[in-house]
Amino acid sequence: MSGTNGQNPDNIDYMTDTRAIAVGENLPGCKKRDPIVVADNVTRNFGGISAVDVEHLEIPRHKITALIGPNGAGKTTLFNLLTGFDTPNSGSWTFEGNNIAGVSSYKVARMGMVRTFQLTKVMGKLTVMENMRLGAANQPGERLSKALFKNIWGGREREITKHADVLLEKFKLDTKKDDYAASLSGGQRKLLEMARSLMVRPKLVMLDEPMAGVNPALTQSLLDHIKNLKAEGMTVLFVEHDMNMVRHIADWVVVMAEGRIVAEGPPAEVMKDPAVIDAYLGAHHDVDLGDAEGIRELEAELEADEESIVGTEDAGIIAPEAIEARLEEEEGK
Amino acid sequence: MDFGNILSLALGEIVTPTTAAYALAALGLAVHFGYSGLLNFGQAGFMAVGAYGFAISTLTFKVPFVVGLLIALLSAVIFGLLLGVPTLRLRADYLAIVTIAAAEIIRYIVTTNTLFRITGSADGLSTFQREFDSFNPFPPGTYIFGWSNRDFYVRVVSWLVVILCAVIVWLLMRSPWGRVLKGIREDENAVRSLGKNVYAYKMQALVIGGILGALAGLLFTLPRGSVQPANYATELTFFLWTVLLLGGMSTVLGPIVGAMIFWVVLSLTQNLLAGLIESGAITFLSIVQAGQLRFILVGIALMLLMIFRPQGVFGNKKELAFA
Repeated sequence: MSGTNGQNPDNIDYMTDTRAIAVGENLPGCKKRDPIVVADNVTRNFGGISAVDVEHLEIPRHKITALIGPNGAGKTTLFNLLTGFDTPNSGSWTFEGNNIAGVSSYKVARMGMVRTFQLTKVMGKLTVMENMRLGAANQPGERLSKALFKNIWGGREREITKHADVLLEKFKLDTKKDDYAASLSGGQRKLLEMARSLMVRPKLVMLDEPMAGVNPALTQSLLDHIKNLKAEGMTVLFVEHDMNMVRHIADWVVVMAEGRIVAEGPPAEVMKDPAVIDAYLGAHHDVDLGDAEGIRELEAELEADEESIVGTEDAGIIAPEAIEARLEEEEGK
Repeated sequence: MDFGNILSLALGEIVTPTTAAYALAALGLAVHFGYSGLLNFGQAGFMAVGAYGFAISTLTFKVPFVVGLLIALLSAVIFGLLLGVPTLRLRADYLAIVTIAAAEIIRYIVTTNTLFRITGSADGLSTFQREFDSFNPFPPGTYIFGWSNRDFYVRVVSWLVVILCAVIVWLLMRSPWGRVLKGIREDENAVRSLGKNVYAYKMQALVIGGILGALAGLLFTLPRGSVQPANYATELTFFLWTVLLLGGMSTVLGPIVGAMIFWVVLSLTQNLLAGLIESGAITFLSIVQAGQLRFILVGIALMLLMIFRPQGVFGNKKELAFA
């Protein structure tokens, strides 16, 4: 997409780069080899309740970082603070070495740190294409002094439209481009919002629950798109509750609980962390309940689990025999 | 009852300078609310600022017409900035409160007796239009509908100004600049997250709509040759909103046609009622009451419009489908 290859001095393929992300041990707040965002002592209180209290956090560049944690952990508030949509009680943070604490949100976005929202924000009474065009940077026609003269901004408008067409096709919205954005479904709005944020050509994309409400068939292609952002030299930070997504695409996971960073590390490692399992994931979180195979696996695990009633006389209708009979019946149909 | 006369009076309303002034002021509101989502309930204040800015600079400071015009527009810019600086960072409803109050403040200031020598207090100002009249290129005589050469001149000038402004607004709104404004109307945080300085855009929109309001104030007063504070009360603002809703909020032609419909309906109801009262068909109303009744009828018409054609005459029904 943008000339990111030119900005890659070491000629590294970011998709296969396996160098260590952290410097030293993978502890909460650990130093990174190449951080793009560094935050220090960021706190935000809502009437005495500490929503965010982050001592030190570094987001690795050219990596996909997942921010997970239970509801109310302060993930979205941290997003708001970092992007200038909310003001912290204290703290400082830098983006690419520039101090951006207290910088207005639109300037942060111009520097290349672009976010999406958990509650999707699309311009309902603009068409999908106009939504996309609105995202583009460097359109001289957005200045009042030049707006009257189409010969000044017409050329850039055509470039923007071409770029938007490519993105819309990737996100399977190309057939919708002349419809009002308000006519899109919830999932399509998520897609539009993500595509629109890419129109800015950001360096860091911050996605707040990008998968919420997107259908399974699209999820796979969306995951690929997010992975590809990395290939194009972008850094991704996302909040997500879908652990499958986190496992598939994240290079690094940051876990928040009650406003603090409680764990950090590569996904496989973090998901085995007992503190994370207790605070957020719950036991047996890695079992896929979507198919019969997964349910059988879970039963096997539960039978081995001393705290579970499965495998004892109290099992009743959740006894493996009862469920297995029903599953076979269903599969037989 | 002379239906022919009533009808021709009503049709004559379509092109009066007052209709042109309403159209232009409503066009300013379209820029504010229809395109940018700014709730300006003080458009009458912008009109007053324009009219008094011109009249005072002409009478008190004896400046030439063009300078007076520029002062009027500059006053509107300053008025817009004054209103915008404290309120545009806040939610939309704050601007509504501040504008309605500011428009009243303007009206009370010019009504103050202490300023009688400058503003003429409740009497207002007059005879500031002489230089404007001296530009009249049309020789004396009767034109089209029996208008005098001055009637014809003010109509030509008024509508030329309206057409010019409408074209400029149309060009602005189809540009990327207009797209940002419409984006702000829909969701300003989303626009902010895309790197646009929302505050600056809102300020520009407020000032441009205000300039249109000030120009409308001039179109309203120059043909009359007098400016009085009573003409710029809050009800003027609400008539302008009626005009805007009649025509369609996010359109350029809407406010213009809305103003025409508004005045034609007012004239028709007034003259029909007067005719019916004179001919004895209606006995329970006096002429004065009839004058008030027509505004009730306008209100009913507006309600019916909102129920059956909420997007206005020119509005896009599709845009409302997702309100």
